[in-house]
Amino acid sequence: MSLGEFLLVAVLAVPAFGALAVAAIPRDLPARVAGTVAAALTLVAALALAVDRSGTWTAYSATPPAVRPWHALDVAWVPGLDLRFHLGVDGISWPLVVLTALLTLLCCGYTCWRVPAGGSGRALVALLLVVEVGILGTFLALDLVLFFLFFEVVLLPMYAIIVGWGGDGTDPAAVAARRRAARKFALYTLFGSVLLLVGVYVVVAAAGTADIVALTGGTGLSRGTQLAAFTLLAVAFAVKSPLWPLHSWLPDAHTQAPTVGSVLLAGVLLKMGTYGLIRVAVGVAPEGARWAAPVLGVLAVAAILIGSLVCLAQTELKRLIAYSSVGHMGFVLLGIATLTATGIQAALIGNVAHGIITGLLFFLAGAIKDRAHTGALRELSGLRETAPRLSGLLAFAAVASLGLPGLAGFWGEAFAVVAAVEVGGTLWITLAVLAALGGALTAAYLLRLLRQVTHGRPSAAVAGLKPGLAGAELAAWAPLVLLALAVGLAPTLVLGVAEAPVTALVEVLR
Amino acid sequence: MSRVQSVDSVALLPAYLAAGTAVLALLVDLVLARRAATIVAAATGALATIVAAVAVGAGGERRTFCVGADCSYVFGGRAALVAGLVALLVLGVLALSGPLLRDGVTPVGEFCFLLACSMTGGVVLGAAGDLITLIVAVEALTLPLYILVGLRRGSLASAEAAVTFFVVSVVATTLTLLGAALLYAVTGSLHLERLGAILADRSELLDLPLTTVAVTLVLAGLAFKVAAVPFHAWAPATYDGAPLPVAAYLSTASKLGGVVALLAVVQHALPLSVAGPVLAVVAALTMTVGNLVALRQRRTVRLLAWSSVAQAGYILAPLGALALADVDARSAAYAAALAYAVFFVLLELAAFAGVVALRPAGADGGHLDDLRGAARRHPWVGAGLAFALIGLAGLPPGLAGLFAKVTVVRSLLGGDAAWLALLVALNAVIGLAYYLRFAALLYTPADSAPAGDAPAVPIRPARVVAAALAVATAIAVIVGFAPQLVLDLAGS
Repeated sequence: MSLGEFLLVAVLAVPAFGALAVAAIPRDLPARVAGTVAAALTLVAALALAVDRSGTWTAYSATPPAVRPWHALDVAWVPGLDLRFHLGVDGISWPLVVLTALLTLLCCGYTCWRVPAGGSGRALVALLLVVEVGILGTFLALDLVLFFLFFEVVLLPMYAIIVGWGGDGTDPAAVAARRRAARKFALYTLFGSVLLLVGVYVVVAAAGTADIVALTGGTGLSRGTQLAAFTLLAVAFAVKSPLWPLHSWLPDAHTQAPTVGSVLLAGVLLKMGTYGLIRVAVGVAPEGARWAAPVLGVLAVAAILIGSLVCLAQTELKRLIAYSSVGHMGFVLLGIATLTATGIQAALIGNVAHGIITGLLFFLAGAIKDRAHTGALRELSGLRETAPRLSGLLAFAAVASLGLPGLAGFWGEAFAVVAAVEVGGTLWITLAVLAALGGALTAAYLLRLLRQVTHGRPSAAVAGLKPGLAGAELAAWAPLVLLALAVGLAPTLVLGVAEAPVTALVEVLR
Repeated sequence: MSRVQSVDSVALLPAYLAAGTAVLALLVDLVLARRAATIVAAATGALATIVAAVAVGAGGERRTFCVGADCSYVFGGRAALVAGLVALLVLGVLALSGPLLRDGVTPVGEFCFLLACSMTGGVVLGAAGDLITLIVAVEALTLPLYILVGLRRGSLASAEAAVTFFVVSVVATTLTLLGAALLYAVTGSLHLERLGAILADRSELLDLPLTTVAVTLVLAGLAFKVAAVPFHAWAPATYDGAPLPVAAYLSTASKLGGVVALLAVVQHALPLSVAGPVLAVVAALTMTVGNLVALRQRRTVRLLAWSSVAQAGYILAPLGALALADVDARSAAYAAALAYAVFFVLLELAAFAGVVALRPAGADGGHLDDLRGAARRHPWVGAGLAFALIGLAGLPPGLAGLFAKVTVVRSLLGGDAAWLALLVALNAVIGLAYYLRFAALLYTPADSAPAGDAPAVPIRPARVVAAALAVATAIAVIVGFAPQLVLDLAGS
């Protein structure tokens, strides 16, 4: 077993065994610490994946495959179902793998410090680690059936996190609300993943293999198969991403989930949809992608505009941030819909930036709600008078989210618009203009958020706040703040590794 | 050609052992009259049957009771799988019956005897090579159940359930027999393989209305046994009225028997151009109706009953693709149906074991609310039940159930029945709604329930039931990680 194969297995095995260990350790705090250690080791393994990349070796052959993993592991599992345990990492998946490992570590560390009301801390840490296994597996899978399998793993642990630790209060109405939100999440997501299952086997039945490396480029699939497969896969991923009008599970789930749940949901869970769209739907059925691109583009821009307009009318902090995800993911989807190198690059960096910034925003929103015991914007004002540091961080995150140049959010949104302009034609120019307008609306609602929460006279809920921040909070937030700056100033952190695979992918799209 | 038929007793060994178990249980009860001894005798017999089925099945296909090339008893890989599985399920049901038999109301000897008789039917069923053997085996499997369902003495629901089951089942058998007779009238043959060959050779027979009627009657009669819509109405009432272990047996071994019988006639005998579309419609209706009605159930066993109706739809679904499929896709469809059935009975048995463990000894399934918070009081048993339910819904961590669904969808898409695959997929979403509600209920804190709902006496799960749950869960976990084991067996 080479080092790369070992690391690939380790990235999945460490959190999986970590979850088992956490469940087996009877005492609460040691278990949570053990879980955090497992998450830290996972991050180390994920970072190490980038060392000793050998992605160019296949370039020697006459027709190099469009997916050239740095490391790959390919073992037969269930031949009767065309399922192989085929993992691999390349420049498209690696940033997301690292982001997942990082956010899980931060969430586990945060849980060491504070456990949301509702259940035991160690069960929460164990579930977080299981969710991590599912997400990482989805990003690493190079077999369609395996991809589907990991896609499904996330569902129930996340449901349990929302039901068990989410919401505010224990009165029957709050309990019913969070249960409803969790059910909606579970059923919507399952709806998406069963379509994924059908789509996967439409491809497998036609091509006779489930190997993503072999399938990328759509070779050997008829036009009809590609259209059917792309439709099924795109709807499946549109539910997860989420793309308007299939987004309605998102605001409820994100609002009701506990802070760490929201961070993971918004930070990386949504990326499974956009990643799947790039790697599976577009990669395997490019002809279907070209056919559906205008529809996808229109829906993406609709998501941007509708998401922003709804945000302008929101009165609750977490719900506003949740809805802002709809708009941000709209930019990502617009980038993918252009099917150009620029657009897909924009989508990838937009993915990562949204994960960092929205993760941070949900952490901050959770901190504010924990302190002020309310999330209603009307009852929050003057935060900078009583808690200047918290308010400063919120301002930083909001400004990053609205896409200020120099911060992470800028690149994805700007270049999605640029890519749409580059495609040309009336439709895409119009879409670009509307998306840019949506960008302006994004700025409007985030500035409105800042005006209401940080400025003005301290409200009753805010007046009694202490200015200090806990060490655990700083430890959880600092990496995200630094990354938002780093990716903003040096987007090549993400784009450098993604350039080669994206170029290879776009080549087979033509 | 010798006048005396040579009988291959090795091929019949599992059936001898199963029948011997019934006699043994009766004798032990008569001679020793000790509860434990009878149960141990029956369990030992079931265990011996499993061993014999595996041993004989490993030695390649054996045929006996042959007339020329046609044999009435063919013990191959699939027969071994069915025989072993039925015996295993009997073993599991015996374990589940522990608390029921301890209360002294249920006659132990009769219970074990009847269960073993039913097992004999199941063991022979997989090997049946002609329609008469098949129908007799199905009847041997079902007949003892009429009594077992009504065994809860002094319970009106139990008696009602038994009568419903009896009447419906007898009608179903009549239909199947009539169909078999008509098929014989058309073709002059009863052996399954010969029937298939005749119908394939002389395609003018297919145009006879009589053939269509005969095929439909055979299928309808067997559809009763698997509780497929529109022949399902007996199942919820019967399951709910029967003692819990018997309900478990009905929804696992008895259903498996129906599936195997259907598979046998469809695979070997019936013309697929007629049977395929009928089965496709039946499967589509069964899963949809079963799932939609299950959504509204408030009683535990009724929920499990309706969900098992829906599951029968998934089992039949691959067969719905038969009319259009080519040879490869057909054998994949048979294997998929059987594989799904195997995954399903394991999880269903685990689910029933969980319910039995969490209910007072000898009680019925009760209301869903009676199980509220049960997993908090009994974490291991509750987790086992939740695992089984999640598996039935077809989601990780219940990988066995997930692979079962995957198998079905794959075979449907391989056989060009995309609409049915999509329907299976969408039904899985409906299914999740109630399985999830049930599983989540187990973890809901009991204090949020209205006061007075909590059981007065704390329930201690019986050890033997918990052991059965553990074993079933362990097997489900193993085949979840290595589904190829089941797929290989089902495809052989």
